[in-house]
Amino acid sequence: MIEIVSATRCVQCDICVKVCPANVFDATDNGVPVIARQEDCQTCFLCEIYCPTDALYVAEFAEGPTGITEAEADARQLFGSYARALGWKRGKAGGSEFDPTHRIRVAQ
Amino acid sequence: MPKSQKSASDSLHLQADVLVLGGGPSAAWAAVAAAESGAKVVLADKGYLGTSGATAPSNTGTWCVPPGDNRHAVVERRWQRTGELADPRWMLRCVDTAYRNLLRLSEWGYPFPSEDDGRLYIANLRGPDYMRFMRRRVLLAGVTVLDHHPALELLSDDDAIVGAAGVARQVGQDWRVDANAVVLATGGCAFRERILGATGLTGDGYLMAAEAGASLSGMEFTGKYTLAPYGSSLNKGLPFRWASFHREDGSPILGPTGEPLRNGIGDREEEVARALIDGPVYARLDQAEPALQGWLRQGQPNCFVPYDRAGIDPFSELFRITLRAEGTVRGTGGIEIVSDDCATGVPGLYVAGDAASREIMTGAVSGGGAVNSSWALASGWWAGKGASTHAKRRNGKAFRSAAQSLGQAGLRPAATPRADISAGEIIEAVRSEVTPLDKNFFRSGESLEKSSERLESVWRDVRDHLQGEGVERVRTREAASIAAAGRWSVAAALHRTESRGMHRRTDLPGRSPVFAHRLVITGVDAFRIAGAPERLAELAS
Repeated sequence: MIEIVSATRCVQCDICVKVCPANVFDATDNGVPVIARQEDCQTCFLCEIYCPTDALYVAEFAEGPTGITEAEADARQLFGSYARALGWKRGKAGGSEFDPTHRIRVAQ
Repeated sequence: MPKSQKSASDSLHLQADVLVLGGGPSAAWAAVAAAESGAKVVLADKGYLGTSGATAPSNTGTWCVPPGDNRHAVVERRWQRTGELADPRWMLRCVDTAYRNLLRLSEWGYPFPSEDDGRLYIANLRGPDYMRFMRRRVLLAGVTVLDHHPALELLSDDDAIVGAAGVARQVGQDWRVDANAVVLATGGCAFRERILGATGLTGDGYLMAAEAGASLSGMEFTGKYTLAPYGSSLNKGLPFRWASFHREDGSPILGPTGEPLRNGIGDREEEVARALIDGPVYARLDQAEPALQGWLRQGQPNCFVPYDRAGIDPFSELFRITLRAEGTVRGTGGIEIVSDDCATGVPGLYVAGDAASREIMTGAVSGGGAVNSSWALASGWWAGKGASTHAKRRNGKAFRSAAQSLGQAGLRPAATPRADISAGEIIEAVRSEVTPLDKNFFRSGESLEKSSERLESVWRDVRDHLQGEGVERVRTREAASIAAAGRWSVAAALHRTESRGMHRRTDLPGRSPVFAHRLVITGVDAFRIAGAPERLAELAS
């Protein structure tokens, strides 16, 4: 589930507050959004790819927080890794034209 | 833009021809179709149009069958797999409309990939890109989009559905939309399983529709589960097509022929389910050759997020797996459709996508992935057109301010509200009856009877005592919807005294010819189950 909002990367655009389908984040008056309802996170990773500065990290475990730190996620280059795999950049969509899924369907 | 006015209680009050509830693909297509017919459309979603629903976080194939003589043969072959419950006429019109809408996507400039010969490959839609694209099309069509505006209930003027009401959960303000027609595109019910897109899929539309007098069908077909890395949300079976499966002691799980299982999807989920009831199961994607590994990684990047983040190489290392319950999302149950325009039989109420029963499309087997995706493309379109036509017919009728609010369980309890009955506990109580593999993947009359008793008791608490205030009503209403869906599902499973498709009765293996028809449920508190009058198997022959 969602575990990290990186204050050093976040530009306080509050896009995550808007796009999270589970309404996990709350905007704050003078700072970065907070994870207000972590328990509601469905671990869909979509907030990460909509974030224009790769400031969010969703850990792989859906049943509860893993406790991963920003330093570890940073060192392992996990911030923005899903967006890069898709071809999304700075919160903008991209890469679907290179999706090779049709080859998988043939193999299937 | 619809006329906006602030009422005395400072709530948002809009008027529209068509109100679409939901934020997934069928909601988007319904909104576009209604707007293209000239209707003034409002779309209100619990989450955000673009990320809501099971499609947005996924990468989904479509059931894409180009026009031509071959179509009938393709439909006929697929029908053979539906346990005799699907309707070839619906299947045929679905592939036709879905194909047209895939072409429409291409004309609009959706970035489809190309095949080797340069032709666009339109049979696959990448969820995040597709739904973001659809949001833009909905806005371009002039639809007013209300994100984070969950609906709590439908409104009726005694003759017809005339709108819905809910709460804007980010501002804590009530909303109401008066509309000449409402499309329910609220998705299925995944019983709060922690799977991609399921947070909002709590069956809200089923309860709202049933309160309005609509029926449901196929609710017994909730026995679909999909493999996922243990503890993850990734209920995507495709990579497990090329996997081996092992027990804790390393021994391989065997397939029906006694050979080690090398493909864990489709019917083979049964062997994995049996092993998972006994103990932990591990898998390795070791049947995928290097080229395929690359395509899987590039084509299904979401599937690899859990491995990469946990530091596992799934092609060479064993990792623990689970089967995730998917309720009616990859099951087939939902609101029964009574006519080609996706009407529900309740005047002014239309249904699309997973909110609708997909039994007519896919019968007793899962439509997960391809079929459901095409169904959203087609049913959204029909429901949007149907609602818009209904709205035009009603045009001129003034909205009655005395519209009746239809919401009951979770909103207006029948007896004294009790603070000790919480939405969270209700949901857990339902989950413990409808998600365990040994109760719901493999079913028996005895076990279903026990579940039924427990769910009746849960339902009485919901009906009589569950209530929330303000934004909390979203949660109490979700709990009521989940409880209602669980209760219907178990009752239908008890009623169907045979095995068929994903409804696996260990006490009654094998199909019974007397059950080659759909089961239709009508009513909320006191409901009745009846066989659909038409025998689809006979119609098809």
